Amino acid sequence: MATVEARAIHKEFGDVHAVDGIDLLAKEGEFLVLLGPSGCGKTTLMRMIAGLERPTAGDIIIGGEVVTHLPPRARNIAMVFQSYALYPHLTVERNISFPLRAAGMPREQIKAKVEWAARMFGIQRFLDRKPRQLSGGERQRVALARAVVREPVVFLLDEPLSNLDAKLRNSARDELKQLQRGLGTTMIYVTHDQAEAMGLGDRIAVLNQGRIYQIGTPQEIYRAPANVFTATFIGSPPMNLIEEGSGYIGFRPEDFLPRDIEANGNSVTFPFRVTRIEYLGAERLVYGVIEGRSPETHAISRIPTMLRTEIAAGQVYDFNVREQDIARFDRATGNSLNGSGR
Amino acid sequence: MTAEATAVTVRERRPAGFSLADNERWLWPAMLAPAILYIVLLVGFPFFLSLYYSLTDVTVGGRELHFVGLKNFEEIINSNTFWLALRNSVILTVISQACVLILANILAQALSANFPGKWFVRFLILLPWVAPIALGSIGWLWIFDSIYSVINWTGRAIGVLGPNDWPIWLGEPKLAMASIIIVQVWRILPLATVIILAGLSSIPQDIHDAAAVDGAGMWRRYFEITAPLIRPITLVALLFGIVFTFTDMIVVFVLTRGGPYDQTQVLASWAYFTGIQGGDLAGGAAISLFLFPVLAAVAILFLRLARRTEVL
Repeated sequence: MATVEARAIHKEFGDVHAVDGIDLLAKEGEFLVLLGPSGCGKTTLMRMIAGLERPTAGDIIIGGEVVTHLPPRARNIAMVFQSYALYPHLTVERNISFPLRAAGMPREQIKAKVEWAARMFGIQRFLDRKPRQLSGGERQRVALARAVVREPVVFLLDEPLSNLDAKLRNSARDELKQLQRGLGTTMIYVTHDQAEAMGLGDRIAVLNQGRIYQIGTPQEIYRAPANVFTATFIGSPPMNLIEEGSGYIGFRPEDFLPRDIEANGNSVTFPFRVTRIEYLGAERLVYGVIEGRSPETHAISRIPTMLRTEIAAGQVYDFNVREQDIARFDRATGNSLNGSGR
Repeated sequence: MTAEATAVTVRERRPAGFSLADNERWLWPAMLAPAILYIVLLVGFPFFLSLYYSLTDVTVGGRELHFVGLKNFEEIINSNTFWLALRNSVILTVISQACVLILANILAQALSANFPGKWFVRFLILLPWVAPIALGSIGWLWIFDSIYSVINWTGRAIGVLGPNDWPIWLGEPKLAMASIIIVQVWRILPLATVIILAGLSSIPQDIHDAAAVDGAGMWRRYFEITAPLIRPITLVALLFGIVFTFTDMIVVFVLTRGGPYDQTQVLASWAYFTGIQGGDLAGGAAISLFLFPVLAAVAILFLRLARRTEVL
């Protein structure tokens, strides 16, 4: 177990600032998710923590020790790659034991360790197989076993679930979270999938254009976005944004409800012309335009199916948002004007 | 309405620009024909012709041709030069290919790294392969020259060679063999390097990264990860190298003409000197046929091995 810290990290590839001054601290035993769109620098940041990439400026500190100029093998970290990067010519057993053999562990001990790791992931029966004889989910387990087997101080995971099908991904997510709880090891997890980030992370760092836009618990990120980018990047569908005065006001689709449902005293009312309704089983997504504004302002309302209010396309309804659910952003900087948290 | 009235008339439709390219019955023979013709005319015919010649007493310029059975082969096997040439061919091939394998791996590793001017260095390394063998060999003839040898003059200038040391590269049997081996290595190295380079670039970067994070140092990474992953393609490079070296006569012809006293003769050059320069076409054909079983066996063995070690 160890803390991982990035101090004023910069990485430039030619003229491109892949990582542009990031300060980040993963606490001991924390599950920290780096979330951002592709090209935001999250993978580069992780590769610098692993030692696979050297920062242009700044320092990486693992367990209180500056490791910026140490090679990956001197950092005692383990990494799981998006492609799993299993050694195709080695059996599962040789794959898992590779880090131990590299560390020069005695053979008897290696055997015991491999068995321990294989049992943890339920892959004992595959030990003699080659990676190409395994399914995607099985390969992912082998990759995890290889990472766990030498008990590193930090785990780095680079989109380890993105090659699994949707159903498997859900169960793998659950197992991953339990694994981290059980081991208590610091984990840094890169993803572009916000559902994964919200479900797994103790904290989430939202990255864009090489910078951290917000860092906080999933609730903080979702309920109190620090800026317009986080507000629109997190949430599906994203937060509705409406120009008002010198800035924007924003509210989540699930907070934007017909007035007869959301009739509490302290609310703001918008006339909402419905253009389209999507029925998604557990909820309805109502697409429309807020009347009386130019330019035309689109908004989305998300109504749980249990609220059976009659809504039809083409009609205008009054929709309410509670005052406390409204976020305000500065137009020039895009930063939140709500102060910190609500 | 009756059923007949609603029935749709079915017609075969022919596209406007119907041509050979659309006709699968004729297309594949047409596409294969050039390749088959090439193999039959330039490989098959000479091969069977030399099979036939080897059983006769045909000579260059001779008009008559008699069937003599296996007499030619008997004579060859009883000749000392044959065993010498066979031994030389094997030694030359084994040593030169061992050197090529090691050097090509080092070179390919270096070239797979990123550095400015990489394409130019790659181009330079490929040059010996692109240049005609005879031309390169003549260059080497000067390098090994008994009076002007660049190696000797350089050696003396930097003090490696004493005042009484003056190796005659092409005049002493051991040095002559060494010279031939050096030129063969120089000649085959570019091809092997390029093939191994292709193999290296087919390994995903993730695999190298995983090995680095897993704590493997340089040697472990090479011998446990890289080398096994490029083994199939390395075998292909080796197969090419063996075939090219074993069958080559130009280097020997230009450098030593098999001398001194046939000490550097290889099968291919001896076949040439016997069959063409000596005029004994039947004998030359018989000698060159000794190359065939060796090469066929090597090719089969290597292709098998390559398939077995294929990993991805």
